[in-house]
Amino acid sequence: MPHHTVYEAKIEHLQILDEDGKLDKKLAKDTLSDDQVVYLYEQMRICRELDEIAFKLQRSGRMGTYPQNKGQEANAVGSALAMVKGNDWVVPSYRENAALFMHGLPMHYVIQYWMGDERGSKFPAELNMTPLSVPIGTHMLHATGIAWAMKNRGEKDRAVITYFGDGATSEGDFHNAMNFASVMQVPTIFYCQNNSWAISVPREQQMNSRTVAQKALAYDMPTIQVDGNDIFAVYKATKDARDRAIKGGGPSFIEGVTYRLGDHTTADDARRYRDQAEVDAWLDKDPLIRTRKYMESQGIWDDKKQEELETRAQRIVKEVVDAAINVSKPHANEFFDDMYATLPEDLKLQRETMRTSSIGRNPSQIGLKAQATEAR
Amino acid sequence: MAQQTLVGAINQALDQMLGSDPDVILLGEDVGLNGGVFRVTDGLQAKHGKDRVVDTPLDESGIMGTSIGLAIAGMKSVPEIQFDGFLGPAYDQLVNHAGRMRTRTRGAVTVPMTVRVPVGGGIHAPELHSDSPEAIYAHSPGIKVVMPVTPYDAKGLLISAIKDPDPVVFFEPKRVYRSFKEEVPEEMYEIPIGEAKIVNEGEDLTVVTWGAPVFQCLQAMDNLPEDVSVELIDLRSIYPFDMDTIAQSVQKTGRCVIVHEAPLTCGMGAEIAARIMEECFLYLQAPVQRVAGFDTIMPYYKLELDYLPEAPRIQKGIEECLAY
Repeated sequence: MPHHTVYEAKIEHLQILDEDGKLDKKLAKDTLSDDQVVYLYEQMRICRELDEIAFKLQRSGRMGTYPQNKGQEANAVGSALAMVKGNDWVVPSYRENAALFMHGLPMHYVIQYWMGDERGSKFPAELNMTPLSVPIGTHMLHATGIAWAMKNRGEKDRAVITYFGDGATSEGDFHNAMNFASVMQVPTIFYCQNNSWAISVPREQQMNSRTVAQKALAYDMPTIQVDGNDIFAVYKATKDARDRAIKGGGPSFIEGVTYRLGDHTTADDARRYRDQAEVDAWLDKDPLIRTRKYMESQGIWDDKKQEELETRAQRIVKEVVDAAINVSKPHANEFFDDMYATLPEDLKLQRETMRTSSIGRNPSQIGLKAQATEAR
Repeated sequence: MAQQTLVGAINQALDQMLGSDPDVILLGEDVGLNGGVFRVTDGLQAKHGKDRVVDTPLDESGIMGTSIGLAIAGMKSVPEIQFDGFLGPAYDQLVNHAGRMRTRTRGAVTVPMTVRVPVGGGIHAPELHSDSPEAIYAHSPGIKVVMPVTPYDAKGLLISAIKDPDPVVFFEPKRVYRSFKEEVPEEMYEIPIGEAKIVNEGEDLTVVTWGAPVFQCLQAMDNLPEDVSVELIDLRSIYPFDMDTIAQSVQKTGRCVIVHEAPLTCGMGAEIAARIMEECFLYLQAPVQRVAGFDTIMPYYKLELDYLPEAPRIQKGIEECLAY
């Protein structure tokens, strides 16, 4: 058989809750309970509130550049619920705030961070969370290394999830991480939030691949494309991936098809490069709208509950923002303090004097001439 | 005590660290079964297992990035980058993640990683196998850089580096891997990072160098007239570096020649010369001289000895500085 097929593959797409809030009951079996749906909806709504307030803070000069999560929240909440809080690691990019909050990160960290203060990245160690990662596509290697440590130590009940966007899959480090995870068979879940845009470059121009999910085929990694605005599908795919991982099945890939409803960041104006008609079409697919429709159809949600939630979301975010605005500016010598576990003498001197000029750092040099002349 | 080469001393340090700390993991291209292309890790996989001395895919950024992840999770990763010139693909991970992690998380996330890299020229190697990039990493905050050249120093500094809670780039002068032997104690010991060593005491002129040129400097000194007394300092640690030892010496001699393989411009010699000017200004009897690699690409091996600071060029530098 000189010419034959040695490999065939397909990519499956999973949707359980459609755009109209209709649930496929068969597929939804053993996924989310009513209570969990309500919980995830609340988390999405609170995260959306943070987005809106952060946008206003930036526009009024009280916060630096901020990337909104708007429209993508179902990816974060559905996957975060499938991971075990305080046990598994979360290795984020910067557009999955709700996942971090669900795994125990107090909201003020994220606000403090985007207000230009590194103390907002000093996450409590027990959360098992790396800081937000601004360079694109480089942190998935860390997720792979962390999962590798779990495997080495025989921690069989733990896994790592890492988030990134469609643009990140063009980076070399994405492929490096996928290959390492596959070769080492470590428990890493690669979650791609395919939101169609990498700043101004659309997905079709980012890659000539029909799906992002198919990129995992090259690494023989279980892979699936899900409706990323469907909390049921996101949860199920992540749960399956985690179950596989802790049974020694190695890494998995999930492509959540979603849409960035906002600008890339507050420094961006998406009207320059994309049609409003496209945005409008996706507004109808908003995960909050369809989840609410579903809950109402099940009789577990009504306008009164919605009103209460909105009031609660506003209160939570307002409290956190007020506190963040009132945090005192860090002391200037703080940027020296954690450069090394023990500061080298040179750095100590720079820290103490806040000078780099040698005479400024050691004013006794001014008297040195007389001493040196005497010494000779 | 047994006589060891540089390769043997490093192998012994790695063996002892693997044996004494279950969190230590070695990884890199060909480091396992093959024992590394220079055989530095020879026998370690057979002794400590495939999970602790790991042959990785051929991917420097992947090696560096996963080593960072291993370290974040609390292991002490010791990646090998096969040659100096191959640090390029791993640069982003090393500088933008390993170097920044502690400070950007205000101490919450740390990277106790030691990156071993054979460095420098003089072994007739292919292109991109003979570079000296130490200044690039000394200029990158959050990383420590060492370059021991003797077997004794290498063992002690490697143990210190692996135990260090911060990322350390451990450069191994490959020209000296098997060219020099000395007594190395069997037991584990540490040499603090940041301390230079006075190889030879002298009164007339200070030579500051590190890596393989230590031996070229000794050769040059042998060819000087007998009444010339040169103090030779092996820096050993590139960052942090031991300015106190240099300043004390130059304040005594009043003259200094700095020797390194890396290109002249913005090499570590420039930093040291600036610091000598700051700390020894009124003691200097001659301008600080630098005998270094040229500001060119490190040539392929037919011309490598014309590029490197070999003994005759060092000798000339010393003589000119003395005659000033």
